Amino acid sequence: MSGSFRRLISGRNTAVLLASLGAGTMATGAFLNENSSLAAETKRKLYPPSSDFPDLRKHNNCMAAALTPAVYAKLRDKLTPNNWTLDQCIQTGVDNPGHPFIKTVGCVAGDEESYEVFAELFDPVIKDRHNGYDPRTMTHPTDLDASKIKHGMFDENYVLSSRVRTGRSIRGLSLPPACSRAERREVERVVVTALAGLKGDLAGHYYSLGDMTDKEQQQLIDDHFLFDKPVSPLLTCAFMARDWPDARGIWHNNDKTFLIWINEEDHTRVISMEKGGNMKRVFERFCNGLKQVEHLIQERGWEFMWNERLGYILTCPSNLGTGLRAGVHVRLPKLSKDPRFSKILDNLRLQKRGTGGVDTAATGDTFDISNLDRLGKSEVELVQLVINGVNYLIECEKKLEKGQDITVPAPLVMFKK
Amino acid sequence: MAAMKNCHNDYKMKFSVDEEFPDLSKHNNHMAKILTKDIYNKLRGKSTPSGFTVDDVIQTGVDNPGHPFIMTVGCVAGDEESYEVFKELLDPVISDRHGGYKPTDKHKTDLNFENLKGGDDLDPNYVLSSRVRTGRSIKGFTLPPHNSRGERRAIEKLSIEALASLDGEFKGKYYPLNGMTDAEQEQLIADHFLFDKPVSPLLTCAGMARDWPDGRGIWHNDNKTFLVWVNEEDHLRVISMQKGGNMKEVFRRFCVGLQKIEEIFKKHNHGFMWNEHLGYILTCPSNLGTGLRGGVHVKLPKLSTHAKFEEILTRLRLQKRGTGGVDTASVGGVFDISNADRLGSSEVDQVQLVVDGVKLMVEMEKKLEKGESIDGMIPAQK
Repeated sequence: MSGSFRRLISGRNTAVLLASLGAGTMATGAFLNENSSLAAETKRKLYPPSSDFPDLRKHNNCMAAALTPAVYAKLRDKLTPNNWTLDQCIQTGVDNPGHPFIKTVGCVAGDEESYEVFAELFDPVIKDRHNGYDPRTMTHPTDLDASKIKHGMFDENYVLSSRVRTGRSIRGLSLPPACSRAERREVERVVVTALAGLKGDLAGHYYSLGDMTDKEQQQLIDDHFLFDKPVSPLLTCAFMARDWPDARGIWHNNDKTFLIWINEEDHTRVISMEKGGNMKRVFERFCNGLKQVEHLIQERGWEFMWNERLGYILTCPSNLGTGLRAGVHVRLPKLSKDPRFSKILDNLRLQKRGTGGVDTAATGDTFDISNLDRLGKSEVELVQLVINGVNYLIECEKKLEKGQDITVPAPLVMFKK
Repeated sequence: MAAMKNCHNDYKMKFSVDEEFPDLSKHNNHMAKILTKDIYNKLRGKSTPSGFTVDDVIQTGVDNPGHPFIMTVGCVAGDEESYEVFKELLDPVISDRHGGYKPTDKHKTDLNFENLKGGDDLDPNYVLSSRVRTGRSIKGFTLPPHNSRGERRAIEKLSIEALASLDGEFKGKYYPLNGMTDAEQEQLIADHFLFDKPVSPLLTCAGMARDWPDGRGIWHNDNKTFLVWVNEEDHLRVISMQKGGNMKEVFRRFCVGLQKIEEIFKKHNHGFMWNEHLGYILTCPSNLGTGLRGGVHVKLPKLSTHAKFEEILTRLRLQKRGTGGVDTASVGGVFDISNADRLGSSEVDQVQLVVDGVKLMVEMEKKLEKGESIDGMIPAQK
């Protein structure tokens, strides 16, 4: 095959080419063999990084804020060991300019090494997103010892349900933006095999998205477990919906309190949940389940992606560290109408969402309240923060019910910068 | 010296063909019908000089299983060489899509508008508007599924300079998608000229909407009868149109305009991609050959409800669409009627079929209006 393609000849000085490119692309015609497209190597020379630098003038995301022409020039031609590029990391941020008020991240990792090879972009993005956390100088604490949790039982007149979620990636396999079909199927195989080893209250069943019966699908929908092909352009522009629904599926235990999504936005998303206010038990099951799954994959020579600078490695930089979102659905009819509500949440380092999850509005007086932060504090610290915070919100609600006044708490300190 | 390969593809070669082969069990598109493990195995280790691989070619077809009744193509080219490097897949796809066209067949190009007979007398009481469109790819650049921002901008720059040099009936103006004023945008919408970011997953899954709207724009002449889209689904889409039934004039302007543009690109050593087997090279295999869709908006309320309407269209080598274009329904008995073929016959041949076929169908419509039968007018298969 290769014999039928002409080589691109450039007997001239590359500097001359680059200079002429700046003056207009007409000159390049003289140096191209008219009969073939540019071979990748020659293309790099004919198109300097400045010609490829994205137009980010209308953009508002962490990537656009951090990516300078100098950084782009340094990183454009680098490859991770799995041959993933910077352009692929940032495509989602180029395609989705963002919103004046909501700052999205705008870049994804294709593999564990992306965070290293493209550190000059990812480090400032991480700092921006995670309260000044500096991966070059700081370490992230991991703590999955649920016995340390105090006061983890909420007043169920207010808290309707409790939930903790995180993600885990399998070391050695590319992440959802980059993985080939074979890699994605390997992730499924590794995880499903491990989950089949869970016993007792964690024993469960796997439902492959492509093979489930209509009846199984309906049950999963009724249980609010089923995830669907991503429609958000934030995800589709990051190549995460390729080959859908190949190697995607849902596992859950028979009790329906421990759920794992396979090959959605991360290799795995792990969710522990229950109706009611027993956050301590939810977190206990979460930690126990995670530890057992980790043990089961290690038996077969696999491990999770983790390092002490970034904690658990996930596709989106916003989920680094613990990848943990611990939250409740809680009724706060009076407090939610108080003008100090947002400030109280901010100071407690909590965020509110509608009961449909991210990007939904609250219906009635019930809110999804969870931790804002992911990186720089451990799992135990973040869950305790949520417990303390939600208890405080409930106290405020009770005070307002009695006609008493409430106070805005002092802001919590994240970590020393 | 070996051609530069796509390194990520090398990484994938660690896995076996069984592990990588897509699940096409629920699929109905040309690619899925033709791709076997054997073909995939032969092609997966290859890449074009610019690094396009078989997985890139087929991604859109893997992600869009298709429809039980509509047969989509399911694969795209990333550059001119794709059609050569991946011929074991694309030749049978082309054959399937283009009526048995063989790898050894030659395609005839004829843009001499004087060869068209008639076409200036379609009844304007029935034929509301006439239009001819095609696409062109510019040599030396990779195609929309694969090109970088730098390449796309270079294509835009080259196109602007080429179009700016046109004069007379072709004098016009370029409107970049990123930078037009609100007033300009509204005017382009009102004229039905504006194209928007693709939403069809057939296109987005093939990577054609990347970096939108960078490098995209619309050029049209002052008379609003000749229009060029830059960097949408192909490098260039060229459209000649006007109200009424004078297809001859529309085709004349189409041919003359295209040839003027081609001369300018050639002068800059960036002629159009073309070869004698596949004609004009475009992103989607369905548009190879002439890439030409010549058609009219025509009122056929009676004929369109006649039992033999579909058969008549098939015999005339024509297809119908709604007045919104592909995938739309007809409104008020008005149909978009155009040539079905692209490859294996020339531009003149295809427009001739439209001219002759529409003329016949209008006569049939008139007969049906008078309550007469059209059985004697049903044509033989063209």
